[in-house]
Amino acid sequence: MAIHSTPVTDAVPAAKTTPKSSSLFKQSMRRLLRNKLAIFGLAVVVIMFIACFLGPVFSPYADNKIHMNVMNKAPSMKHWLGTDALGRDVLTRVLQAGRISLTVGLASMFLSVFIGALLGAIAGYYRGIVDQIIMRIADLLLTIPGLPLLFIFGALLSEWKVPTNYRMYIVMLMLGLVNWPGLARMVRGQMLSLREREFMQAAVVLGLRDRRKLFNHLLPNIVPLLIVIATLNIGGSILSESVLSFFGLGVMPPTPTWGNMIDAANNLIDFQEHPWLWIPPGFSIFITVIAINIFGDGLRDVLDPKQKR
Amino acid sequence: MKDLIKIDHLRTHFFSDKNVVKAVNDVSLRVREGETVCVVGESGCGKSVTAMSIMGLIEEPGGKVVGGSIEFDGRDLLKLSKNELRTIRGNDISMIFQEPMSSLNPVLKIGQQIMEPLIVHQKLSKKEARARAIELIEQVGISRAEQIADSYPHELSGGMLQRIMIAIAISCGPKLLIADEPTTALDVTIQAQILDMLREFKKKSNMSMMLITHDLGVVAEMADYVVVMYAGKVVEEGEVVKLFESPKHPYTQGLLKSKPIINQRQDELYSIPGQVPNPLDLTDSCYFHDRCAHCMDICRTKQPVLKGVADQQKAACWLYEEAVVHV
Repeated sequence: MAIHSTPVTDAVPAAKTTPKSSSLFKQSMRRLLRNKLAIFGLAVVVIMFIACFLGPVFSPYADNKIHMNVMNKAPSMKHWLGTDALGRDVLTRVLQAGRISLTVGLASMFLSVFIGALLGAIAGYYRGIVDQIIMRIADLLLTIPGLPLLFIFGALLSEWKVPTNYRMYIVMLMLGLVNWPGLARMVRGQMLSLREREFMQAAVVLGLRDRRKLFNHLLPNIVPLLIVIATLNIGGSILSESVLSFFGLGVMPPTPTWGNMIDAANNLIDFQEHPWLWIPPGFSIFITVIAINIFGDGLRDVLDPKQKR
Repeated sequence: MKDLIKIDHLRTHFFSDKNVVKAVNDVSLRVREGETVCVVGESGCGKSVTAMSIMGLIEEPGGKVVGGSIEFDGRDLLKLSKNELRTIRGNDISMIFQEPMSSLNPVLKIGQQIMEPLIVHQKLSKKEARARAIELIEQVGISRAEQIADSYPHELSGGMLQRIMIAIAISCGPKLLIADEPTTALDVTIQAQILDMLREFKKKSNMSMMLITHDLGVVAEMADYVVVMYAGKVVEEGEVVKLFESPKHPYTQGLLKSKPIINQRQDELYSIPGQVPNPLDLTDSCYFHDRCAHCMDICRTKQPVLKGVADQQKAACWLYEEAVVHV
């Protein structure tokens, strides 16, 4: 927590002190701005988002029509990153893929943070049987490594012939469901220690409802932790989605994602002769995830100094 | 005067693997309307646990109120449901803790924390609650109330925070205020201010107060009635002036003797010899017997009961039992 103690003398009735009433948020922002690397990471992420969400609007090839006459062309002035086997513009597709990948990353992050924080908070606050049930489910999910679990889900989706346009949403759900247990554990641990603090006794004495105690008093105490985990979580989700899609178990073509675009590298001819097909999406994943992680680390240093390595 | 809260034979125990700690062992006391009752005793004598039992802060499986009753305004608090208890806490009974620094939520603004009970119990709107909160901050003698309402606990000093705690405690106009060593963590000048403020509010609103302390100076200043606790039991109680003038129980006598007297030179301050008995192996005896200068045979084998020994004064000591032959 940001503890920037501002000197305040004791308030004998007429004390004239002016404490800097800057909010914790502003203080944290100031400290974040001083961390050059984190800001660089943030800038890269922001640029990536803007490029992916606005870029295709300005592209003349956004319709993804197949052009047999410009198949597998190397980068040129007309097609900055070349074209693929169906004559589609690679740059446009990378940006469109970015939309999907980033959306999946964000959405599954929100889902896992929501489920994880809620269940973790409830488990840590109520303890006893509720805690046992929630945490055993979490343990169960944690015993199976994440990727194999996702593969099983992905294979099931293919088996059940889920329509490709729904698959994107189901992938978000899958990633969210696989990611919450670790977070729930962390939140629960924090809750267990917070609930014993004296200010929570004071909250009991005030006669507040459990819901109020949980959401108005306890959760705000772990918001910094949540922000940090959430940020790092986006990167992880993007990676997982890419892996899944690369193996053809995630989002399916023709919907482009960075993962299924790198699939081109599976083909020896494309790998050797047409590097513009797989280098740009690979590079995008690399840059985005690294940038998110750098930014997340910076955030952690600012918001959660206890965890500093 | 009517009894506001009447605690009868309260027993609160804490459980470890094999042992039972009888932190509060058959305590009866009452607070009348508009009265200040001070509960005194050294650390670990069960003062705070008594207060926590009233507020329902004893949490199983660690501890449990195993017997007795706490009657508040005609209702037994121990028999109320969680919801009924919630409407009393913070509204009719409020509590101030020892450590103001850790009793406020570090991530919420002061104003929000004062507004909370007002919104919950008095059903005020956010706007009304804020106006009232600012009024309360002014009432506890803090200037620039608006600004303070928007600051966080870490920006204020201990004295200010304890004032804020008082503001929260009195916000709903409680009938009973329990103050658990409210001045222990503060320096002496602030202590006096805080006590003055409590006394003033008490007078203004005819609220009753249960003040837990180990500071006899505070007792003399604040109390109408004093309850002395030792090892989970009440050993003596009485009207404040009488108790200070002629303490009956040897423990109370020792306590009063170990208080420095202004303008009197003493080479060494008196202290009661020995230590508080280990709460794990209490035998059926007077718990004070091995520290007592007047210890008799019966003290080692039988527990004395609390009995009237003088006008408005009770003590639990064999010295005042007529049937016992004094040696």
